[in-house]
Amino acid sequence: MNSYSLGKHKERAVKGAFVFCAAFSIIALLIITAFLFISGAPFIVKTGVFKFLFGTNWDTVSETPSYGIFPMILSSLYVTALSVLIGVTIGLFTAIALYKFLPKKAVPVIRQTVNLLAGIPSVIFGLFGLKIIVPFLRDYISPTGVGYGIFASSLVLGIMILPTIVSICLDSLESVPKEYYEGALALGATNEQATFKVMLPAAKSGVLAGVVLAVGRAIGETMAVIMVIGGSTDMPTSLFQSVRTLTANIAMGAMDLTGDSFTALISTGVVLFVFTLLLNVSFSLLKKEKKEKAEKKK
Amino acid sequence: MKRLISDKKVCYSLKIFSYISTAIAIIALIAIIGYVLINGVGKINLTLLFGDGKSSPSILPALVGTLSLIVIALGFSIPLGIGCAVFLTEYTDNKSKFVKFIRISTETLAGIPSIVYGLFGYLIFVDLLNMGYSLLGGGITLSIMILPVIVRSTEESLLSVPQGLREGSYALGAGKVRTIFKVVLPSCAGGIVTAIILAAGRVISESAVLILTVGMVVDKMPVSLLSPGTSLALDIYYFGSFGYPEEAAATSVVLMILVFGINLLAIFVGKIIKRKTGEK
Repeated sequence: MNSYSLGKHKERAVKGAFVFCAAFSIIALLIITAFLFISGAPFIVKTGVFKFLFGTNWDTVSETPSYGIFPMILSSLYVTALSVLIGVTIGLFTAIALYKFLPKKAVPVIRQTVNLLAGIPSVIFGLFGLKIIVPFLRDYISPTGVGYGIFASSLVLGIMILPTIVSICLDSLESVPKEYYEGALALGATNEQATFKVMLPAAKSGVLAGVVLAVGRAIGETMAVIMVIGGSTDMPTSLFQSVRTLTANIAMGAMDLTGDSFTALISTGVVLFVFTLLLNVSFSLLKKEKKEKAEKKK
Repeated sequence: MKRLISDKKVCYSLKIFSYISTAIAIIALIAIIGYVLINGVGKINLTLLFGDGKSSPSILPALVGTLSLIVIALGFSIPLGIGCAVFLTEYTDNKSKFVKFIRISTETLAGIPSIVYGLFGYLIFVDLLNMGYSLLGGGITLSIMILPVIVRSTEESLLSVPQGLREGSYALGAGKVRTIFKVVLPSCAGGIVTAIILAAGRVISESAVLILTVGMVVDKMPVSLLSPGTSLALDIYYFGSFGYPEEAAATSVVLMILVFGINLLAIFVGKIIKRKTGEK
């Protein structure tokens, strides 16, 4: 018997510990799901599913409080769509410029800077939005004279997701084989044509992954949003108007609500949770499809 | 022929747009750092950093809070995360249902918004266990949140260890457990340490989850892990929203220095350990 191998029982015990660690993420997910639904779902049913999801009035202080989160759902969707539009457009084109058009010496410097910026905490973006973007919009751009709202939030979030988008898009552009580019040039395409008509379509799936990631971050972001969204519970009718997203509703309510109203926040969390689950599922389907395509090619 | 020319023009204007985008991106990001530095650096002084917070705001409670949150969150998530990654890479061949479930759940955990984690932490620690707002509750909630990050990056490091090392160890008579602890884990220590430091960076930047679990008691020193507290990120929100913009910017400077410092440390430590162990 050599001394380098542990006994069979000990080996098994250690393996058991590893299995527990691995199972922990499953357990954690189950507990999170269970707790949210058990605490939040009955309230939705009690209020009425339709009334909760599509009710346009959120009033926690009146004697007959009503809990309709449709304004928040709409605001969340608007903010997500607009910020992803801003962030992905600018991020994608920045990545393209870094990939082909900018002088080779400048690229690593810009790339490093962008990577570093990806680490800035979201609350700092919120502070910048609150002190610079909101007053600027209020004084120069907003037709309503209000700086807070969907547009301010989208700008802040758009800037926030930029670094992530740039690095994902650049990675996927760089993973396209160089031969595609050279082949396009050989067929008479200009540098720009080869980049936009050949390399960009070839990097499509990576860019799409970046978009999904951006959607996830935008819909779930809380701190940067609550500082610039305003916080009123009105229906969104303008880009420059104080509203609330789902995340803002939870965070703002959490600071001063109790009892039934607090349960309504948990129910809001359930809705948000379902949104992100749907997003995750569509993302993994996207990945699966891509994998199957790749296997077919082989 | 005509079509081709206009096509060239379209692509050329897209190129111009890509320059403009780069300029916008760089300006926006520099503007944020510039704003924070210009407004914050002058405001950093000893009263803000280490004052008692009675007459003017102090971030000492936040420094203590942030540090305890890092220790608690990492204390739970490091063993669990590394254990999970070891199981996934060393004990399975990736095909069983169990492994699929683990992957799906870590991916799902990674996608849950932090405010939802906050609600969960509130339900467990404040509501169910009746602990009230506490650093411990916030730290444990954070540990679940950063678990996927640690699992994924540890797994990548473990996969980069050549199979030959494991086989060599078995050939010398070592068992599986001894191989894992004496050969596999040490030979990718650099990657794992880097992953841990980066996870600490996420703990520092996080704030939404803490509103609901740690509370936002910005002016009181936490006496124990069970008392409510605050973190640097929460302080920035508080100062920014309640009339202390300059203190908010100053705290942002401190937080940014910490985050960048942590990132640099991760790169640096990773390199040193890699050089020592000869890991590629």
